[in-house]
Amino acid sequence: MKKLINAPENVVDEALAGMALAHEGLLRVSRAPAFVVRADAPVAGKVSVLSGGGSGHEPMHGGFVGRGMLDGACPGAVFTSPTPDQIFEATRAVDGGAGVLHIVKNYTGDIMNFEMAAELARDAGIAVESVVVNDDVAVEDSLYTAGRRGVGTTVLAEKICGGAAEAGRPLAEVAELCRRVNAKGRSMGMALSACTVPHAGKPSFELGPDEMEVGIGIHGEPGRRREKIAPADRIAELLMQPILDDLPFKSGSDVLLFVNGMGGTPLVELYIVYRKAHAIAQERGLRVARNLVGSYITSLEMAGVSITLLELDDEMKRYWDAPVHTAALRWGV
Amino acid sequence: MQDLSGDAIVAWLERAAEVMEREKMSLTELDAPIGDSDHGVNMARGFKAVQDKLGGIDRGDVGAMFKAVGMTLLSTVGGASGPLYGTLFLDAGKAAAGLAKLDLAAVTSCLEAGLAGVQRRGKAVVGDKTMVDALVPAVKALEAAKDAPLAEALHRAAEAAREGALATVPLVARKGRASYLGERSVGHKDPGATSSWLLLQCLAETAGA
Repeated sequence: MKKLINAPENVVDEALAGMALAHEGLLRVSRAPAFVVRADAPVAGKVSVLSGGGSGHEPMHGGFVGRGMLDGACPGAVFTSPTPDQIFEATRAVDGGAGVLHIVKNYTGDIMNFEMAAELARDAGIAVESVVVNDDVAVEDSLYTAGRRGVGTTVLAEKICGGAAEAGRPLAEVAELCRRVNAKGRSMGMALSACTVPHAGKPSFELGPDEMEVGIGIHGEPGRRREKIAPADRIAELLMQPILDDLPFKSGSDVLLFVNGMGGTPLVELYIVYRKAHAIAQERGLRVARNLVGSYITSLEMAGVSITLLELDDEMKRYWDAPVHTAALRWGV
Repeated sequence: MQDLSGDAIVAWLERAAEVMEREKMSLTELDAPIGDSDHGVNMARGFKAVQDKLGGIDRGDVGAMFKAVGMTLLSTVGGASGPLYGTLFLDAGKAAAGLAKLDLAAVTSCLEAGLAGVQRRGKAVVGDKTMVDALVPAVKALEAAKDAPLAEALHRAAEAAREGALATVPLVARKGRASYLGERSVGHKDPGATSSWLLLQCLAETAGA
């Protein structure tokens, strides 16, 4: 294993320490328990948006803490969900009296820990709404699985709901908006190589030089199937097809097209995929009204790409365009 | 040993912490092909935290001890295993509230209550390829061994858990992260069932089996 680390057990804590130094004035970091909040938290009278999950998906979620997006983020150990006490303390740190929205990705550990934390917060008199993101069309049959994973749509939900909260919308409306974003967003990912979890010390799976994994999640876990490697255009088709088939995206609709790198893929390759995905959307009569291209929800150094398509309504557009000032997303300020 | 005293519970947890540390990489290797390579590390971290607490723990009330263990696991393990193992001990603690030591009937009630908690939180049943596949046979073995000496009964429970863990190999996972793999989860032993077996094996050894 070749990594720029000191010791596997110190990865998260040292990264948080560095983050605090790098973004002084934008965010504050608590290290025991570990969480990140915006510098001016809690903002009195404003709904707060909190998310969290395992570390190793940077910039998600800590990179999205700041004005117009997340009020707080809870990083767990690498690929491991945060714990209930940690989420509860973060919830308490961001609550400005108007309640807290928990945006939770659909993974068993995240679900259970956030559920327990929400119970603790409600007992402490904090209004909490939870929305579970489950947008991954690669999970074929939720009857026999823990349901669809939460992947790329999480980033879009955090931005849009953060914008709505910043605009002073009440908790119930921000939560309803979040559910709508989840209902209208679909994602699918693939990998060219596995990642190495620092404490495991070796790649999570082995791929031959001419193989790719299709239908991966964001935890270095293998996907639904293994195939022969294909050109970028073919891969874009392979990811777009199940997305378009899953939600009846209507011709004439506005969409947000998000092409996301998994951590080990250069932007030049992401633009090649974006070009083809954009063309496929247009062939379907969809107008790509907004977009995002870059590595925003990653899986350590895994090479690969995921595509997310979100059908936009006016409210979503308004809050997507609203100013945001975080370590990883910044516009309008 | 006819009853598990507070001292015996401490000895069990000390042993469990050693075993989780020793088996850290093997549990993580079980997790790599079907999960996300963190189960062993998470369990070792949690039980190390439990071990650190044991020195200052009041050994006079097993229920309170289990509760402290449950809270420690909950706040240090993370993932799905934190809430599940945390709940196992918290609910076992409720069954043992106020007891200075556990006889076989009390051990059985504790494990029954713990299992019920795990199933309430995780909603898994036998055959889903989870820790429940080890715990359910263990509870049944304990119930069937109600007239046996404590050590013998615990030995049978650990054996049943081991067999339950091995029986997860051919299963398709239906809960947790492994479930996303569908048929590709077949052929791998479930890490959670394996750690549950290890925990019961440590208990049996502590009781002298």
